[in-house]
Amino acid sequence: MSTRALATVVAVVLVVALTLGAGALSLRRARTPSEYYVASRAVSPATNAAAVSGEYLSAASFLGIAGLVLSRGATSLWYPVGWTAGYLLLLLFVAAPLRRSRAYTLPDFAELRLGTTAARGAASTMVVVVALLYLVPQFREAGLTLRILTGAPTWVGAVVVAAVVLVNVTVGGMRSITLAQALQYWLKLAALCLPLAFLLVHRTGGGGVVLERLRDPRWLEPVHGGQGLYVTYSLVVALFLGTMGLPHVAVRFYTNRDGRAARRTTVVVLALLSVFYVLPPVYGVLARAYLPDTPVPGTGAADAAILTLPGHVVGSTLGDVLVAVLAAGAFAAFLSTSSGLVLSIAGVVGQDVIGRRLPAVPAFQVAGVLVAAGALALTLLTGGLAVAQAVELAFAVAASTLCPLLLLGIWWRGLTSPGAVAGMVVGGALSTAAVLTVTTGAVPRGGLGVVVAQPALLTVPAAFATMVVVSRLTRGAPPAHVARIMVRLHTPESVALDREGFRARGAED
Amino acid sequence: MSAEPPRRVARVTVTAPPTRRRRRTTITSEIDAQTQVGEVYVRSLVRAQLRLALVVCGVLAVTVGLLPVVFVVAPALGDIHLLGVTLPWLVLGAGCYPVLIALAAWYVRRAERNERAFVRLLDTRRDPGGRP
Repeated sequence: MSTRALATVVAVVLVVALTLGAGALSLRRARTPSEYYVASRAVSPATNAAAVSGEYLSAASFLGIAGLVLSRGATSLWYPVGWTAGYLLLLLFVAAPLRRSRAYTLPDFAELRLGTTAARGAASTMVVVVALLYLVPQFREAGLTLRILTGAPTWVGAVVVAAVVLVNVTVGGMRSITLAQALQYWLKLAALCLPLAFLLVHRTGGGGVVLERLRDPRWLEPVHGGQGLYVTYSLVVALFLGTMGLPHVAVRFYTNRDGRAARRTTVVVLALLSVFYVLPPVYGVLARAYLPDTPVPGTGAADAAILTLPGHVVGSTLGDVLVAVLAAGAFAAFLSTSSGLVLSIAGVVGQDVIGRRLPAVPAFQVAGVLVAAGALALTLLTGGLAVAQAVELAFAVAASTLCPLLLLGIWWRGLTSPGAVAGMVVGGALSTAAVLTVTTGAVPRGGLGVVVAQPALLTVPAAFATMVVVSRLTRGAPPAHVARIMVRLHTPESVALDREGFRARGAED
Repeated sequence: MSAEPPRRVARVTVTAPPTRRRRRTTITSEIDAQTQVGEVYVRSLVRAQLRLALVVCGVLAVTVGLLPVVFVVAPALGDIHLLGVTLPWLVLGAGCYPVLIALAAWYVRRAERNERAFVRLLDTRRDPGGRP
């Protein structure tokens, strides 16, 4: 085994131990269903913000952005900007009302607001679709990372991540995850900062600098002309609006103390993400200058190439150690995002599918096992896109389905259950069809191909329009409970008002 | 009081309770009873919060949101170098983030102010003496 492979294995084992250790620490405390699902809502804004960021910064952020900057250049800089701005929109329209709704999951919210099992079912389906679309690239990237650094077969990394996530989720639930996620934000930040410091100071090793590659005008251009404007805006719409619809982000907001804490958490999250997102593009630029050859754009190879950068620049044993540090950060990213996603799908599957036959906590655990196994099977069966692009497709689906449900449900009394279901079906069908076309590699040439590859600019307005039109057509007398829900969503908790009615399934607090 | 005849006292006690009950009516109870008055107060809070969110969203749209158009319309921006980096790279790589954080902090201050105004409104009318 080479030094690099050995160092990588040690780093990955350490991250896994840290993750499981943080989970074990709070093992005894997660006993009731509300602790499993939302940590009994006793998490401070600072911890919660680090946990939100830790969970959010996935393989796509850690390796994907750098990989895309390396191969595509400035057009990829929209990804980190969009992923951060998504939190601003979440803050403006969703954070406090979502917390005040006192629902555990997005399907809970749909049922609370619209009062039908059809709306709940549509939201559940979309949560599972979005989370799986997001989960599979994480597993795949984990496999790719271990293969590049140690030569292990691709399935090893995916299985390691799936197994660790499963142990953590089924044993500890949300509280163990919260602590582990908060730690993983700082771990990821350190894992990017440390090698970067050496890279910038210590540029003496192996390969020479290829500054020519940095002068390529097309690589330097932030928006390509012509279709570039559509592509950029479609990406921006997907990322800005998709964040609020991500199930693992939404579930995190239920762990805030109240609506006010939810807002403050979001501001801290914005700051933490901003600090982090400055770093990956720097790696991309350095990789462009130092790596011996540029990988093919839009493949996982470019993402993984970032990991080998310290080896090329610094060389010797120090380079291998720095590669291992990056690998540790990457695994922290795979583990944290996957944990959050498995948790959010398990929450939905546990409540809606299995919950009727089993008590809440076992249902949650069984659902976790099913979800992780299913995602693993999908990972091993499907081929690979660049991780940032694969994840962005999940954002496009979230922006076309769960985002309009939240925005209209929170701010518009006129949204009806048939309207919401129709909107989610239209937005979900269009965006999922586009995603399947892209992942199977069947994208047509020309204008249609551009639209299919970046569908959000069309599918999001289509979903909103369908929700509004169908709601208008099906409106009856405004149901009394909608007024009560508006009171619950928008008034501060300090006012003693009647917020009766809906209780989430399995709720105890 | 003791000088009044007993029949008169009886009549006063009959009319008093409804008066007192009406005075105890608060906005909170109006909202709970889903009267039109309560509705107006909740709607005004929701409107104020939505208006604020849309204003901040508008600022986001004309700053970060217009950047793609600006970069296409003025490609010469790519020739400007600051700190050894071209302007579009600097703006997208680092410059957007302070704008996002500032907008978020501003929004939270204003949103909390709206909520405090709403709470104050409810408190002034909850005064037991019924003073306006």
